[in-house]
Amino acid sequence: MNNSVSNTARLIGAGLRALLVLTVICGVLYPLAVTGIAQAALGGKANGSEVKSRGKVVGSELIGQRYDLPKKNPADPEEAARPDLHWFQPRPSNGLGSNKANGVNTQYDLIVSGATNLSGDNDKLIQQVKDAKAAVVRDNSTPTYKVDPSDVPAEAVTSSGSGLDPDISPAYAKLQIHRVAQVNGLPLATVEKLVADHTSGRILGFIGEPRVNVLKLNIALKEAVGK
Amino acid sequence: MSPVLSGVLQFAALTAALGLSYRPLGDYMARVYSSDKHLRVEKWIYKAVGANPSTQMRWPAYLRGVLAFSAVSVLFLYLLQRLQGHLPGSLGFVSIPADQAFNTAASFVANTNWQSYSGEQAMGHVVQTGGLAVQNFVSASVGIAIAVALVRGFARSRTGELGNFWSDLVRGTVRILLPISVVGALVLVACGAIQNFAGIHEVGQFMGGSQQWNGGAVASQEAIKELGTNGGGYFNANSAHPFENPDGFSNLFEIFLILVIPFALTRTFGKMVGSVKQGYAILATMVTIWVGFTALMMWTEFAHHGPAFDLAGGAMEGKETRFGIGGTSIFAVASTLTSTGAVDGFHSSLTGFGGGITMLGMQLGEIAPGGTGSGLYGMLIMAIIAVFLAGLMVGRTPEYLGKKIGTREIKFAACYILITPALVLVFTAVAMAMPSTRDSMTNSGAHGFSEVLYAYTSGANNNGSAFAGLNANTPWFNTSIGLAMLLGRFLPMVFVLALAGSLAEQKPIPETAGTLRTNKPLFTGLLVGTILIVTGLTYFPALALGPLAEGLAS
Repeated sequence: MNNSVSNTARLIGAGLRALLVLTVICGVLYPLAVTGIAQAALGGKANGSEVKSRGKVVGSELIGQRYDLPKKNPADPEEAARPDLHWFQPRPSNGLGSNKANGVNTQYDLIVSGATNLSGDNDKLIQQVKDAKAAVVRDNSTPTYKVDPSDVPAEAVTSSGSGLDPDISPAYAKLQIHRVAQVNGLPLATVEKLVADHTSGRILGFIGEPRVNVLKLNIALKEAVGK
Repeated sequence: MSPVLSGVLQFAALTAALGLSYRPLGDYMARVYSSDKHLRVEKWIYKAVGANPSTQMRWPAYLRGVLAFSAVSVLFLYLLQRLQGHLPGSLGFVSIPADQAFNTAASFVANTNWQSYSGEQAMGHVVQTGGLAVQNFVSASVGIAIAVALVRGFARSRTGELGNFWSDLVRGTVRILLPISVVGALVLVACGAIQNFAGIHEVGQFMGGSQQWNGGAVASQEAIKELGTNGGGYFNANSAHPFENPDGFSNLFEIFLILVIPFALTRTFGKMVGSVKQGYAILATMVTIWVGFTALMMWTEFAHHGPAFDLAGGAMEGKETRFGIGGTSIFAVASTLTSTGAVDGFHSSLTGFGGGITMLGMQLGEIAPGGTGSGLYGMLIMAIIAVFLAGLMVGRTPEYLGKKIGTREIKFAACYILITPALVLVFTAVAMAMPSTRDSMTNSGAHGFSEVLYAYTSGANNNGSAFAGLNANTPWFNTSIGLAMLLGRFLPMVFVLALAGSLAEQKPIPETAGTLRTNKPLFTGLLVGTILIVTGLTYFPALALGPLAEGLAS
């Protein structure tokens, strides 16, 4: 009996020492080595691919942002956001949370990535898609251009997995050019060219999907508008 | 190019990359676990551990090593989270409550990586990098060790010796997982995954004001998270988060990391039992199921049945623009046919059938190709069942790889097969009977039931993905899923090692004209059939209430 207790203790001791040694290797040396190489060779990317507009950092090209008008009443958390139609609009992000809203670690106001997790037969999702589609048609129709509801691409009316999707499809960008040109008083051809310049195809021609980075497009748009 | 064609070409490119790495990696791993030379760094580790790496262990000793190491790991990770609020480098995050800390500790040690917390708002550098990422390495290494022990059971005769656990653990970590992870992490950084210790900091925004980011060692954790088929994301959105998975190429590369070791282990197996053709037969079984599942997933996601998706014109809810339907479908199948559970799109918002495919993938036992190590030993257990069924049909004593499959062996295999379904179905039934469960569901009806069934399927099979609509951060779910993960991981290991010990003691029997050729396509067909029938009979009633009901309704 005594023997088996001391055997177990010895075994646990060996397990603990193995864990500590492997923690030093995999939990300290490995991440530090990778960070060192990454910072030295790929610093910009390792730090979040920040992009600048007129010398100021305005976010990451990888992280989607909202382009909304200021709230009428900043103290009201319930007030629905209204898109600022001067700018190209991203996808909806109905699943995105915030650190404050979730009530954990309230000293921060982090963006907490997240999806809606609603299923295809969920009434709430059906309503969200309906509303989003109506808004896309309404916002993007101009006196000279009517949006056909069947032209609205799926990603324009659905929330992404992260809630931080930085991209929209070229189809959704094209759908917005008439409105963007009109609101900003720019020739349609100028806005068309901006979208074409900021459309990236599939990597190597077949990997991933064609996309338009909304932040970079809006930065270029801001330059074109010149304000 | 149409999205469908792009999806097919991506799958073809992935298959080619896996094919190219199959032989070199498989052969290399066979050498790692067969050589009797120790690297200098390994000698230091053995000295620190106080273990002699050349001592051969019989199965009970090997099992004791596994259990001691894992028990210490659970306790260490639990304490790390409970003390987070007092540890430096925690970014001011508070300590994790007891039930959630237990759940997370069990989850990461069991190679599951089920997460009832949101990474970016709960865990600081110390727990993420020094605790969770470490288990990503060692739990994967333990899985491979168990698989190698079973393979040695087939390969060795008239001995009970299965190798040395400490040596297998250390070699798997140092010689296999670490080098590939370093390269993998740097590739991910080159795509845009972040790797810094900036902590929480403000970054300006286009419309003015600023946003708060939580920076950390993300790429290094992402690489081993996929390679070790772990799946626990640094961020809440897991591999859908642009900082974890920045573009279409990183997405395909992460899928490659998930699958590369589990597939190549069939080569390692073939090498070690002295017939690579035996490995090919197992590989062919895995590939058949994997290709079939991916094709089904692409079909249902591109067809997008479901009222909301019909209205939107595509099943893009919960999916990222840069991956699209094709990339997300390939990822979802790879993640749930292995024990990974990482997601680049949210499974709860897949179509009804798509959600069912992810669940069925896990319920097969995650064997096509399965988790690092656990996929191979799960598949070999299925092979034993298939050989046994074939033996019954022709009235011969079944044998596999020159070993007799007698009463003892088949009992161990049967116990292995029964554990996980028992955990899944019993826990799901109990949870559904509890009134509080309804409060945790986001969706109602068939999909609400699916959320709960998915949670226990994912936990007991050590997958870790979720129909994340379920709020699983309650004392009941934290505790019961925590138990399901631990029992679903370590009870099967007991039977695998006992089986390995029993096989290793046998003397080999010569192959005769009546021996079932287990290296032929006929056997692959038999094995695929066995897997589908055993799993189908077990889970069909439960699946009919959830995803099948939802899929047929829309």
